Amino acid sequence: MLRAALLLAFVSLEAAAPAAPRVRVAAAADLKFALDEVATKFREEQPGVDLSITYGSSGNFYAQIRSGAPFDVFLSADVEYAQRLAEEGLTLSPPFRYAVGRLALCVPATSALSPARDGLSLLRSPAVRKVAIANPRHAPYGRAAEEALRSAGLLEAVRARLVLGENVAQAAQFVEAGTADAALIALSLAVSAPMKAATRCEVVPAKLHAPLAQGGVILKGAADQKAAAALRDLLLGAEGRAILSHFGFSAPAP
Amino acid sequence: MDAAALVLSLKLAAATTAVLLAVGVPIAAWLAFTRRRFAFAVEAVVALPLVLPPTVLGFYILVALGPRSPLGRLLEGMTGSRLVFTFEGLLVASVLYSLPFAVQPFASAFASVEPRLLEASWCLGASRLRTFLRVVLPLSRRGLVTGAVLAFAHTLGEFGVVLMVGGNIPGLTRTASIAIYDDVQALDYARAGTTSLVLLAVSFAVLLLTYALRRDVRLAVRWK
Repeated sequence: MLRAALLLAFVSLEAAAPAAPRVRVAAAADLKFALDEVATKFREEQPGVDLSITYGSSGNFYAQIRSGAPFDVFLSADVEYAQRLAEEGLTLSPPFRYAVGRLALCVPATSALSPARDGLSLLRSPAVRKVAIANPRHAPYGRAAEEALRSAGLLEAVRARLVLGENVAQAAQFVEAGTADAALIALSLAVSAPMKAATRCEVVPAKLHAPLAQGGVILKGAADQKAAAALRDLLLGAEGRAILSHFGFSAPAP
Repeated sequence: MDAAALVLSLKLAAATTAVLLAVGVPIAAWLAFTRRRFAFAVEAVVALPLVLPPTVLGFYILVALGPRSPLGRLLEGMTGSRLVFTFEGLLVASVLYSLPFAVQPFASAFASVEPRLLEASWCLGASRLRTFLRVVLPLSRRGLVTGAVLAFAHTLGEFGVVLMVGGNIPGLTRTASIAIYDDVQALDYARAGTTSLVLLAVSFAVLLLTYALRRDVRLAVRWK
């Protein structure tokens, strides 16, 4: 009761305040570090715009947005989810492709295993008791990880040792903390400062899985379409590209 | 319906309840009868999981049982396996998470036993332990059942802690609440719906039983 009253109070307060331009972004967890940098740039360029980013699993956001979650921009790790929203009439325009993601194999820095030397085959080692991946049911990187394991002929050998992160960032956290002995995560997370400090990673050959074509959309209910488009343009422009490639993303096919 | 996840949840709840009966009764007895000045502080510690977000508990468990902590390394050295991402790890988490739900009803039941009965028992030469076992425990059975049932039901509903320390392994750490979350995200609403319905029914039945006992309706009368 009290909670409901407080919530109402907040909602009405917000409604009463003059509308500052605002962009709420739902972003795939693999963008965590890269998009934070893009956001810093965006805030410099557009100081008047209130930008907030929520990171999570793309499938989860897809379900939330279909149920009316108040996001303005959705940056999926899989263009498929963005495409489905477009087909359902929930977006302003067809999806834009902003990057292609890569997978990386990581082990804790203290591990005796060497991803650079052995690649995925190190997962056969009995020292690897838990392998973290994102949940393939709703996280694109989880699906790519499963596919890479299957292509390498390792899936059956590894299946019983898989632990599933709710999204790819949780899978990264599992190996960063050393609770998992190896993980297949987004390269963009593997090259971030905290992961570099705690893990050793190696990029997984692109031929082992379908390319992780990442796509985004501006949603129909966007509070401020101009501000949302400005964010998209920054991401697709030279500055955005440079940041994304610094974090291991390749440019999308034209 | 995700039957494996439901079975796992019931197993976890049953194991948690069993551990809490073994661990919770001595703690509750101490809380109910101690005259120590610092008892209030112990009470506050026991009650902490009532107010702490599950994420705080999950975070500490992840850190404490992980390979970087001395405790995690000690346990790994002793048992040869790591507690995180195992059923045993979840059990540790659930016991901590549901501790107040068992201990508080236990303690209040113990404390409400008529002191004259205890004194009579002591005067007849029974030791404190014997008095506790033969007088306090039988008179507190309703509190014991309430505590056990609440611990059971609370563990069934556990989500945040499991999400953080479980790792979502089918048959091992994918509990019903996690399975429902997964199904919803994978847009399998039908499966999420049936699992939810079963969980709802079980939880309701468990609470019905508790409140029936509390009101001393037939069930309890028959036990006398």
